[in-house]
Amino acid sequence: MFPTPIAKTSRKWQITYQALLPVALIIWLLPLLAVALFSIKPEADFASGNFWGLPSSFEGFNNYGRVFFDSDMPRYLLNSVLITVPTMIGAVALSALTGFALGIYRFKGNLLIFFMFIAGNFVPFQILMVPVRDLTVSMGLYDTKTGLILFHIAFQTGFCTLFMRNFIRALPFALVEAARVEGVAEWRIFWYVVMPLMKPALAALSVLIFTFIWNDYFWAIVLTQGPDSQPVTAGITSFNSQFRAAYHLMSAGSIVAALPPVLMFFLMQKHFIAGLTLGAVK
Amino acid sequence: MTMSTEPARRSWYKRNEIAVTPWLFLIPGILFFAIYVVSPIIQSVWISFHAWDGLSEKEWVGLANYQRLLGGDRKFEISFWNNIKWLVLYLLAIPMGLFIALFLNQTVFGIRVYKSLFFFPFVISQVVVGLVFSWFYLPNSGLFDVITGLVGIDISGGVLGNPNTATYGIIAAGLWPQTAYCMILYLTGLNAVDPEQVEAARLDGAKGHKMLWYVILPQLKPATFIAFVVTIIGALRSFDFIAVMTNGGPFGSTRVLSFYMFEESLSEFGFRMGYGASIAVVLFFIMLGFIAYFLYSMWCDEQEAR
Repeated sequence: MFPTPIAKTSRKWQITYQALLPVALIIWLLPLLAVALFSIKPEADFASGNFWGLPSSFEGFNNYGRVFFDSDMPRYLLNSVLITVPTMIGAVALSALTGFALGIYRFKGNLLIFFMFIAGNFVPFQILMVPVRDLTVSMGLYDTKTGLILFHIAFQTGFCTLFMRNFIRALPFALVEAARVEGVAEWRIFWYVVMPLMKPALAALSVLIFTFIWNDYFWAIVLTQGPDSQPVTAGITSFNSQFRAAYHLMSAGSIVAALPPVLMFFLMQKHFIAGLTLGAVK
Repeated sequence: MTMSTEPARRSWYKRNEIAVTPWLFLIPGILFFAIYVVSPIIQSVWISFHAWDGLSEKEWVGLANYQRLLGGDRKFEISFWNNIKWLVLYLLAIPMGLFIALFLNQTVFGIRVYKSLFFFPFVISQVVVGLVFSWFYLPNSGLFDVITGLVGIDISGGVLGNPNTATYGIIAAGLWPQTAYCMILYLTGLNAVDPEQVEAARLDGAKGHKMLWYVILPQLKPATFIAFVVTIIGALRSFDFIAVMTNGGPFGSTRVLSFYMFEESLSEFGFRMGYGASIAVVLFFIMLGFIAYFLYSMWCDEQEAR
């Protein structure tokens, strides 16, 4: 193990390390702690210039109450859920298919198609922007959740295929061969042999896509406008113009907007990290 | 008649099952990808040769957009150099992430919680991180200004209000989640470091930075590669932070290519889709260089795996 395990070092360094950890964490999370502090402060504190001191009174319930009952925030949150969940399902389903095809079969063009998916996943959004917007408008899907979902599914399929294909490649191929010898149809091999083994990959991808799509901002402002279909990342900007310079409400709103992926991360941490670090170890 | 063709057809599929099945599985994915990713790239290149406001007929102008772009468009030059700044400074996330990973790679009580809390910034949307940092940077009342005020540094207009510092302020905000990402990559990598090699090196007297450089880092190569990929792509994709924190200002000093393109095509400054598309194409070609390199390395790995 590197660096030297703390248990094998001097007593002095052990204590220093234990003390250093929380200090480092607080410094690292300082911006977040500040926002959390903002969100429970009364408005008067900001007027009197007490930005960073202790709150003069606890207004947490009040501030968060106004976010939920006095603004479009709940609608934006609902939109985000209605955009994120179908995208998650769609992209994972599509890429399970493509990943299976590219991971199991050897055929001409396999690597080429695989690389097309990877390359597409890396292109700048801006080169897609104008045509995708036109396409969405011409399908009558501009400013709808469906329009956003369809694009997200297509784009995320690139990353998901990379992930799925590499995962399937690492599975024992003998299982597939054994099933073929038994005369099992190919689609049954997919469904009954490979799919059950892919559960960790499916879980990891679902959490990752949830986070990516929830946090998307660019496509939200390109393909939607207004509270009918905009997700919360785009909604937060209109929320902020509604409560201009009301820092206590803006920070409460930001925390609400940021929370779902955070919860997702803490609930599914193992899968999340497995997904992100795919390929970081051999 | 039907009696005889049915089994024949089925047997054609049966005979070619292994050749046909992958394509059946690929069709939906390829279709989606072709419509929403591949064909828009081609269309954008096509649009970049036109003058177009998005509504009326496109007018063919040949290379005029590119001539204007590369022939001394101040906004383009600023955006381009800002992209370079992003690219170079964003890479700091890699050593910083490695440093934090080394710091946290211990087994003490509660370390798992520490690791996930350190990773926290990456999970939050860039919009929120941008907002948080813009409050952090507020002139006079922002915590950053308070702290720098203590050591006697005063940035006029605040970090984001001053054209000389604004871009660096935004990059610093971007580095926060990116460092967390690199950290988690390295933590996973460190987990997989071969303990026997480390012990052997220790017996040979390797310590500290020598150990890190000659024994640990070579084993972290896959993690480093991924960290490079995601950091470079992230740097060139930077848009959310700029849109939220400064909206390109002050005086356009924080524009990058992705933001400038958006501004030209879809903002109150007008719908110059053709010109915007040419900016996107330039950005695309910059990225293509990196993408080609990434694919080449992956291709080499594939060849080895066979």
